[in-house]
Amino acid sequence: MAVTDSGQVQLPENVVVSRLDALANWCRKNSLWPMPFATACCGIELMATGASKHDLARFGAEVFRFSPRQCDLMIVAGRVVMKMLPVLQRIWLQMHEPKWCISMGACASTGGVFDTYAVVQGIDRFIPVDMYVPGCPPRPEQLIQAIIDLQDKIQREGTITGREFDTAGRQARKRALVEIADPLSVDAARNPVVQRELAARAESYAGRS
Amino acid sequence: MPFPPPAVDDMLAALADRFGSLETSVFRGQTRVVAPETRSFELLEFLAGRGFDLLVDVSCVDYLDYREPPMGMRGGKGRRYGLVYLLASTATNQRLTVRVFVDDPAPTVPSVVPLWEAANWLEREVWDLFGIRFAGHPDLRRLVMPDEFAAHPLRKDYPLQGRGERHNFPVITRHES
Repeated sequence: MAVTDSGQVQLPENVVVSRLDALANWCRKNSLWPMPFATACCGIELMATGASKHDLARFGAEVFRFSPRQCDLMIVAGRVVMKMLPVLQRIWLQMHEPKWCISMGACASTGGVFDTYAVVQGIDRFIPVDMYVPGCPPRPEQLIQAIIDLQDKIQREGTITGREFDTAGRQARKRALVEIADPLSVDAARNPVVQRELAARAESYAGRS
Repeated sequence: MPFPPPAVDDMLAALADRFGSLETSVFRGQTRVVAPETRSFELLEFLAGRGFDLLVDVSCVDYLDYREPPMGMRGGKGRRYGLVYLLASTATNQRLTVRVFVDDPAPTVPSVVPLWEAANWLEREVWDLFGIRFAGHPDLRRLVMPDEFAAHPLRKDYPLQGRGERHNFPVITRHES
């Protein structure tokens, strides 16, 4: 690097100047780990998207994980019935920030043709959604387009400190890590995450006896 | 039909011996018999003991607002629900459909779980979707709908789009998640 007489900075050709925010977003968008919440025929197209012909690895999103703790992109592929919605919400809450959600196909986005008593008419009524993919089911190209668009969105919005991800839900989860060890404390009684976890454990124990 | 099921005339004769004249009908080679509501368990037990070792399905039809008794079955006249028991014999390949008609309020039939274990979940499904009670069932919980669901959605007077149950969930916003 050199400074000319007129005070301008001259860079070598192999140096790029950027912001740290952009660097963090660049890392995030190119290693999305999808959580496949596949409940119907859209799940078949989702599998095709990950398979060799369409090869989601070209976009850095090929590492499908079946644990929400290891994922940052939930792809809801298929209709969600009212018995499944609490499961969907719980998995969404279990995913760590930063996280995004793609609603894949007509059913996940609007309920599709299933306008009946049991089918949720669009998951965005109950969880946040970043991208909607039209189609019944969408072709892999359409899902790939949604992931490319989501990458553009990620590139625009994040920061290196991740302060935009420090939501109320995340703060509650952080506190829960401390308070779960002392479930009788006053703070634990006020923390919805702790209460939910304790209720789930109690239910689990009751089922075993 | 290339392979009609074997005739069940012998079984119908045995039933007539035991239960008097029963209403029967044949559709495309398959025989139905209408069991009297008060003796349905006795009749099914009799068939189970006579070789019908396989309970293929237990289902139900809601005949609400039918003007005529269903499919000419006089036994169903004035009754809202028609239960369907599909029986088969794995030894003789015979098949027989048993119909039992019940009516509001509190439609109840005896459970056939003591006769066929397969009836356990089938009867739970009928209870879930039609609200038919199966007396003596060991575990009559809902099968497909959530436990907290209040209605029986396959009844004809239940609206197709429900009564708002599908929208009755907490909303998780971006900030809360």
